[in-house]
Amino acid sequence: MTHGGQHDIDPQFTALPLRALADAAMQQAADLGAGHADFRAEQLRSQTIGLSDGNLETLFDASDVGLAVRVVVDGTWGFAATVDLTPDAAAQAAREAVQVARVAAAMNTERIELAPEPAHGDVTWVSAYDVDPFDVSAADKAALLADWSKRLLARDGVDHVDAHLTQVRECKFYADGATTATQQRVRLHPTLTAVAVQKDGRFETMRTLAPPVGRGYEYLDGSGWDFQAELEEIPELLAEKLAAPSVRPGRYDLVIDPSNLWLTIHESIGHATELDRALGYEAAYAGTSFATPDKLGQLQYGSGHMHVTGDRTAVHGLATVGYDDEGVAGQSWDLITDGVLSGYQLDRRMAALRGLGRSNGCAFADSPGHMPLQRMANVSLQPAEGGPSTSELIAGVEDGIFIAGDKSWSIDMQRYNFQFTGQRFYKITGGRLAGQLRDVAYQATTTDFWNAMEAIGGPQTYVLGGAFNCGKGQPGQVAPVSHGTPAVLMRGIRILNTAEEAA
Amino acid sequence: MSSQRPQDIIDHALSLATCSDCVVIADETSTANLRWAGNTLTTNGVARSRRLTVIAIDRRSAGAAVGVVSRSGVRAEEVESVVRAAEKEAAEGTVAEDAEPLVEPGEAAAVPSGRPGWDDPPEGTGIGVLEGFAGHLGETLREAAAGGRKLYGFAEHDLTSTFLGTSTGVRLRHDQPSGKVELNAKSDDLSRSAWAGEATRDFAGVDVAALDRGLAERLEWAKRRVELPAGRYETLLPPTATADLLTYLYWSAGAKDALDGRTVFSKPGGGTRVGESVSDLPVTLRSDPWYPGLECTPFVVAHASGRDSSVFDNGLPLAPTEWIRRGELAALTQTRYSAGLSGLPVTPAIGNLTFETSDPSAPALPEMIARTERGLLLTCLWYIREVDPQTLLLTGLTRDGVYLVENGEVTGAVNNFRFNESPVGMLSRLAEVGASVPALPREWGDYFSRAVMPPVRVEGFNMSSVSQAS
Repeated sequence: MTHGGQHDIDPQFTALPLRALADAAMQQAADLGAGHADFRAEQLRSQTIGLSDGNLETLFDASDVGLAVRVVVDGTWGFAATVDLTPDAAAQAAREAVQVARVAAAMNTERIELAPEPAHGDVTWVSAYDVDPFDVSAADKAALLADWSKRLLARDGVDHVDAHLTQVRECKFYADGATTATQQRVRLHPTLTAVAVQKDGRFETMRTLAPPVGRGYEYLDGSGWDFQAELEEIPELLAEKLAAPSVRPGRYDLVIDPSNLWLTIHESIGHATELDRALGYEAAYAGTSFATPDKLGQLQYGSGHMHVTGDRTAVHGLATVGYDDEGVAGQSWDLITDGVLSGYQLDRRMAALRGLGRSNGCAFADSPGHMPLQRMANVSLQPAEGGPSTSELIAGVEDGIFIAGDKSWSIDMQRYNFQFTGQRFYKITGGRLAGQLRDVAYQATTTDFWNAMEAIGGPQTYVLGGAFNCGKGQPGQVAPVSHGTPAVLMRGIRILNTAEEAA
Repeated sequence: MSSQRPQDIIDHALSLATCSDCVVIADETSTANLRWAGNTLTTNGVARSRRLTVIAIDRRSAGAAVGVVSRSGVRAEEVESVVRAAEKEAAEGTVAEDAEPLVEPGEAAAVPSGRPGWDDPPEGTGIGVLEGFAGHLGETLREAAAGGRKLYGFAEHDLTSTFLGTSTGVRLRHDQPSGKVELNAKSDDLSRSAWAGEATRDFAGVDVAALDRGLAERLEWAKRRVELPAGRYETLLPPTATADLLTYLYWSAGAKDALDGRTVFSKPGGGTRVGESVSDLPVTLRSDPWYPGLECTPFVVAHASGRDSSVFDNGLPLAPTEWIRRGELAALTQTRYSAGLSGLPVTPAIGNLTFETSDPSAPALPEMIARTERGLLLTCLWYIREVDPQTLLLTGLTRDGVYLVENGEVTGAVNNFRFNESPVGMLSRLAEVGASVPALPREWGDYFSRAVMPPVRVEGFNMSSVSQAS
């Protein structure tokens, strides 16, 4: 079965002896008594291009290959990885994984069980994109970024411009005896930041709001985002921000644009509804969650019209896959229904641990050298059918602030207390925007914040935002993830003045 | 050519290169880790990898263009394809702004005696390094369970051998062991939490039972709970918290950004604040690749150019550098390119950091607690993020134990706080700097684990709001 996009998987990857490597590893693991074994081979292509004031600063082209064997021996995990793609090396990795399991058994008191998943056979999946960014020369990409940078630099009040383009093509092969999945995904993230410096030393920046996406190079040509329009407006927005009055701290009604709210969803809902966190498995590092399983079906997370889903299926989503790193097919499910906590993100171990049936497919490893963890699905706030536009939301505010673009973020280890800033903030007076403000941060406790959500924008305001760099686990892993959201109206949120905070 | 030795791969790549200049870096890495939660193992693993990075430089009348191609798992027969790919990028590319001549062998760092030489094989690590530790940890987990504590944590050891060769004849290597253990103890009902961590080069001398005993004491302290509101408090930061804040300051001390007018170290109207006072106390922030116990790469290794790194500088020796000298900003992190722009010495970033007072009577943390009339004692900071580069305002949380000190004694545990503080502003409000000790930065330890830091007393540390997290 083949589905997803119309491209073929990179022939350099499929030319590798993937099945022979898997067979060698699985056979060795079985011979040594492993009760479960799975095999993963990956080829990750990435390229980073960075320009400073239109001049090339960074060009880094990387390719990472490797294989990993994960086993369960007498109820204990073992994991080993290598970069050598030969049957001998695969069998050696299997032996090492079994040895690791035996060393680790001294400190294991919980028998590892995995939730069952239907066998999917031999399947292929490719993400949706038009132009593989690795089919475009680095010189052409750098030239485009230089052109955009110089257009910004030519405008009044722009002193510096940073331009970055990160691109990834991820090929994965997974086999566990029941499912053999070969997959390819493409993603990229272009950003431009304009900087203005005053003679008195004060400076401000303004960054593009274009989100990272699971698309190809066509994204830079206007498919999915209007870069031309955004570049055109940035210099004036920056000048206005530099001249804007500093915010008066206090409580305000907020209208929050998707370009800012995606990150608040990520931190205060996405991570809080990971079952491994809620059960304490990340307690020493990323932290736990206030949304513990005893509150499932009870916790009033937000106002009654709040509907949040997890999915690994959204077209162009950064967490979208055909099958996860445990062979579980991509799915979509509820996390918050009518404002009440209604679900979690799971991998096969977490699903079995709590008797929740089938995993919803959230296992992911960021490289062949790392063991899969439960990582975030695309977690999205659903728009209100027939709901208001952004200007209609603003019209409902007498004295408030409109926030667009993400910048600074921080949240505590149980996902209660957060603080975010943004790219730009507009004063709202009498239902209309009344110029920019600066030095704004908003601070709240998760459930207070989401219960203060009075109105949810309609589908016409919905945007899929996201990030390449979500961190979790030890050793640390990064994962790409998208978050869709409409614009929203929140009542009475605490606003800080960041200049006063530093004084 | 069939040898898979990294030294031979480098020579082979350089002999194949037809571009004007070429830099080749081979990294051989091995790692082993154990992770546990709720008194049981969660994940583990061993991994080996090797990476070949070829930096091709195409010099032309307009300057020099660079192509960088980095691939893992490259075998000898695949080296040529990496070299040609890098050369193609360089030939097609536009000129790099940081172009300089490559470092000559005479100006490059020398490999000191007693260290592995160029021709010695790369070193490695494996699960065996953790075997003794795993046994002790198993006992400690059982003792903790019997004592009503839940333990969470992580132990990791890795070793990277880096080989650097250039077309000008530089041949350098460095073997870097890194390791750490982090232990988090919670009461059975999860309402009380404490943390300890330490960096180690080899896991010799790591005493996990002693770490657990220290945490058990702190969980006892936390049995009396005191609710305090947000506000500015006299605060004792332990060495790990000082390390996290000053590591971020160090990372923000790039000369190029300062020159561009966009950091806290920019001088209004142009230039940098080098030479200005940042603290009234005789404190020195320093990096030294030879610091005992914190040894790190003594020459520049740059796989790619960036704001604070330049591939042209590969092989440049790293000398002990004072970033803040007796309270005065003394240097910023530089490439040769940025040093040319700023007119300041070439002081590239180094992989360790120390902060010390020249006061010989600097106290240890227990003495500082004993001299506190009323203040907060922190365990560590977490989720530290930049809010405003203008002031280097950072936000974040206190974590795993905030204690109230009254009349020289810990009298209970306080709720957590979100802080908003600038490490630069904090330097100007240091009331006391204690004796420096090895410290693992809790937040940045994944990237930066080599630090020696003091406990410090800060006046009016800005606790912006209460966090309900426990």
